[in-house]
Amino acid sequence: MTMKSPATRMMAVLGLVAMLAFAGAAMVNAQQVNPTAEAVSEDSLFQQLQAGQMVDGRVSIPDEKAAGLIKPDNRSWAATHTGTVRILTIAAVVGAVVVLLAFYLIRGRIRLSAGMSGIRILRFSAFERFSHWLMAGSFVVLALTGLNLVLGRIMILPWLGEAAFSTMTTWGKVSHNYVGWAFMLGLILSFLVWVAHNIPDKLDVQWLSQGGGLLKNGVHPPAKKFNAGQKIIFWSVTLGGAALSVTGVMLLFPGLGGGEADWQFYQLIHGIVAAGLSFVIIAHIYIGSVGMEGAFDAMGTGDVDLNWAKEHHSLWVDEVQSEEAQKKPAAKGTQPAE
Amino acid sequence: MARMKFLCDADRCIECNACVTACKNEHEVPWGINRRRVVTINDGLPGERSVSMACMHCTDAPCAAVCPVDCFYTTDDAVVLHSKDTCIGCGYCFYACPFGAPQYPKVGNFGTRGKMDKCTYCAGGPEADMTQAEYVKYGSNRLAEGKLPLCAEMCSTKALLAGDGDIIADIYKERVVTRGYGSGAWGWRTAYGDTVSV
Repeated sequence: MTMKSPATRMMAVLGLVAMLAFAGAAMVNAQQVNPTAEAVSEDSLFQQLQAGQMVDGRVSIPDEKAAGLIKPDNRSWAATHTGTVRILTIAAVVGAVVVLLAFYLIRGRIRLSAGMSGIRILRFSAFERFSHWLMAGSFVVLALTGLNLVLGRIMILPWLGEAAFSTMTTWGKVSHNYVGWAFMLGLILSFLVWVAHNIPDKLDVQWLSQGGGLLKNGVHPPAKKFNAGQKIIFWSVTLGGAALSVTGVMLLFPGLGGGEADWQFYQLIHGIVAAGLSFVIIAHIYIGSVGMEGAFDAMGTGDVDLNWAKEHHSLWVDEVQSEEAQKKPAAKGTQPAE
Repeated sequence: MARMKFLCDADRCIECNACVTACKNEHEVPWGINRRRVVTINDGLPGERSVSMACMHCTDAPCAAVCPVDCFYTTDDAVVLHSKDTCIGCGYCFYACPFGAPQYPKVGNFGTRGKMDKCTYCAGGPEADMTQAEYVKYGSNRLAEGKLPLCAEMCSTKALLAGDGDIIADIYKERVVTRGYGSGAWGWRTAYGDTVSV
């Protein structure tokens, strides 16, 4: 052990004194800071909380999403889902049935003014019909299984019982999740084959101002391949279907969405658009079947009676017939000379 | 009958996570699911507080309201339970819950979450009390044995209280009056519409 120089000793003593002085000051500071006075409280956090925000912090478990402590707004999504969405859904379905029933009782079935001609004209090709029925068939499955999620609990569960209703809804959920892809394919195909015929034009204004001839017997405003009413259905289905597809995919892959706030938003849009589209489609099904004589053939066999076509799509018939007339001389020209 | 509630006295919670561990062990909760968790607010700052949170067994529980198959039920003790046999794993209860209580065994696409799992207040499920069938699906049923939830029972600082709402509110009020401060009955306002005012 070596002897320390007086200077080194002096330094050590001074250092010790400085340390003690610093520690003393720190102790005084600690007495002045009262952690409980500065403690967060639920009241103060709630006062700062804006709509859509949550009280959150840090968790030491690996699941970081568990760091959200209280999200008061989740209750308002629940209230909207069981209130507004349920009411809109009931209004859409019951409303459509009531409106159509009233329409049927007042107007009756829309019949052909000139009767059947017996001559058939091709309206929709096999591919067009395939696209339509792919979309339509899947939509019916999706609509029924979707309605079951919103209304089944109050309308079906009471008489089916908990176990059977749960089994049914499980299968409904599975079909909803997978049939959605068929719907999206049908939606894309239908959009591609028909968008060119569905661009709004001046004729639509005229058609709409005459009520599409729906309200009076014998009134038949001119229309091309699709009249304004059909264009409304086309765009409702295209835009509504797109909204349902996007929100549906986000719900199908929860990882894409993020958190509850996103899922709530997608679910809300999905539910409201589905209710609206159900209304439109119920009306579409009515007018394409019971509501109008000769209409179903267009999507059934693909060909329609010439008189039906002339009454409901006069300009389209002219187009088709002039195209055929142009083809005929050409066909004659290819025949061998005599 | 008692109206069972949880109350976490955040001024006592030391974030030891023993409640989380005890719960997982008592009920053999599957991997990835924590029926209870401890959240630290303002972590590292003066006056940070930790709150142990699980299902609060709400009055007018939003999970029960949105369930499309109505699988939830409220016991005589006001504990919100659900039937895993009826649950279809749609995820709506998770969207609706303000406390993040409902969880699913899988983060599956195409709606393959599996049956929802959440805190049962150590009260099991719809199966007969204290049976193996009940234990496998929901964990042990301490309430049927006359015991309170394990998380609160073994809390080392007695921060987490479980029991009749009025009784634990009185205990909390007494503590706040005695020591002169309290950060509030976390979650009560959202779960029961009213907080404990001292």
